[in-house]
Amino acid sequence: MSRLFGRVIAAWLGAIAVSVAGAPLALRDDRGASVTVPTPPQRIVSLLPSLTESVCALGACARLVGTDRFSNWPASVLALPKLGGLDDAQIERIVALRPDVVLLSSSARVTDRLEALGLKVLVLESRDHADVKRSLTIIARLLGTPDQAERVWSDIERETRAAVDRVPASLRGQRVYFEVDATPYAAGPVSFIGQTLARLGLANALPVELGPFPKLNPEYVVRLQPDIVMAARQDLADMPKRPGWSALRALRDERSCGFASERYELLIRPGPRMGEAAGVIADCLVDIDTKAHK
Amino acid sequence: MDRRRRHRLAIGLALITTLLLIGGLAAGSEGWSLTQLAQTWHSADGALIVGQIRAPRTLGAWLVGALLGLAGATAQGLFRNPLADPYLLGSASGASLGVVLVLAASLLGGHSISLATADAIARIGLVAAAFIGALLGVMLTLTLARGAQQTTRLLLAGVVVGVVLAAVSDLVTSAAPDALRGKQAFMLGSTGFLGWGSCAALALGLLVTLPPSWRLARALDALTLGVDSAHSLGLALPRIRLALVVVLALATGIAVSQAGLIAFVGLVAPHLVRRFAPATHGFTLIASAAAGGTLLLMADVLARSLIAPQEVPVGVLTALLGGGYLIWLLHRRRVS
Repeated sequence: MSRLFGRVIAAWLGAIAVSVAGAPLALRDDRGASVTVPTPPQRIVSLLPSLTESVCALGACARLVGTDRFSNWPASVLALPKLGGLDDAQIERIVALRPDVVLLSSSARVTDRLEALGLKVLVLESRDHADVKRSLTIIARLLGTPDQAERVWSDIERETRAAVDRVPASLRGQRVYFEVDATPYAAGPVSFIGQTLARLGLANALPVELGPFPKLNPEYVVRLQPDIVMAARQDLADMPKRPGWSALRALRDERSCGFASERYELLIRPGPRMGEAAGVIADCLVDIDTKAHK
Repeated sequence: MDRRRRHRLAIGLALITTLLLIGGLAAGSEGWSLTQLAQTWHSADGALIVGQIRAPRTLGAWLVGALLGLAGATAQGLFRNPLADPYLLGSASGASLGVVLVLAASLLGGHSISLATADAIARIGLVAAAFIGALLGVMLTLTLARGAQQTTRLLLAGVVVGVVLAAVSDLVTSAAPDALRGKQAFMLGSTGFLGWGSCAALALGLLVTLPPSWRLARALDALTLGVDSAHSLGLALPRIRLALVVVLALATGIAVSQAGLIAFVGLVAPHLVRRFAPATHGFTLIASAAAGGTLLLMADVLARSLIAPQEVPVGVLTALLGGGYLIWLLHRRRVS
């Protein structure tokens, strides 16, 4: 008797939930595909750290049921099933989790496979700041909380402005070389990192033509003689050992930022923590400035 | 006749190498031109750019190619198999496994040692690990193939060992994901960071491996007549084989530890030499080293200048150049 009563209550609550949620939601993702979800999804899989962070920043962390192996912020996602990376996603486990929607960036193989298996897949790019803003808007609509996107974006803006205010005047306009891989690849002006540097009033040592993340001839960097060098801490420590790089004035004068790995991760993720990332760069600039005045 | 062709090949290689060495000094991040070189040389950073970056890189690329060419020619002579090459014998994948293990270990223990000592240890350790890995790789292949007599068995065993060792190094990197970024750069092969230190290691490697392989060239000639004939000539085959395998592993190990995995040079260089000037092994070994150096230097100059100041990974270019040559060769054989 009481069980039947329980079921009736549950059905009734369910009906309310559906009516609150409203009509099916059609979203256009970044490959131009229209993805329709019947109600705001309750079970979400994210296969990219920046998308995981976006879902959490939009207040829906509890709806995540699995992430890729690199997602590690906020700490609560560490407890979720780790489903591989974009290139080696564990399709079977993802399907077994019965997600209402899977969030990822363009990776044709995984997308096709998951869709063939009947899952809803939302492809979101995050190459620059505009992409991040758009992704946040789309995810917020998906979650059924469209006004949250504006809140998260204005947080990013506020944090960025606070960072801009802290940049020492003497360092404005300095030419920065930001290395994203020791091969070496660097962040060009059109990348989201480059855009953050520009917001902070810094110049990029690389010209725009080279695109977002060019692989450079190491000699080129020595010729550029950037005013400030930024890289992961270990890569920065190894730089003077590269042939000719000990001649980089920025390294000799310690006008450089070597970011510890968790801070570096924050910098290379185009997501809701971009404002915080601007703050991390500002911290380093302040350090450089105080060292210079000693 | 053959003598003339040998002369021509030697002169040709010397000429091309000289041109490429000049090209290597002239090819920089602005593309390449000789007037630019003159300007660069007289600019404030001239000595630095040309002397500390371009010169060692150019010489280093040649030396890596030479070691790979020598290793390839040694392998092809030793196993009497034109397809033998540091890659197909599992020595390159063994060397890279050694390097990956050292990288992962240094990441795990990196905090306990100071950077300077870690660097010296890492440099020696890298070469040693690559050498031991290469040696183990070849030994494993030879054991699996029960000697080098049967071509098909040898190649199959080499492929299997190569795949298994590559899988093990993948396993290591997936256990220590921080090593992954370093490893990817390593797998693509790179001449970009060859400095004078690397050049010294490479030159030493060539000095150590070239004389013994030259001395053993006569044995390789005897081997071409077959194992029985070689025996009847009074050669101590097991000892000679071991010595040649060590030479092969040493040459591969040193090249891999300095420049990562660079495909096809070891396979194609001896082919080119034999094609232009069939000769005894003494000549083939030396000429293959020279041809390997020339090939890799050419790839390096192209890698730098094609889309300067950006770079094409040099391993991609050697695969395209060397692989293209092999495809052409196969096609011609089928036609003729």
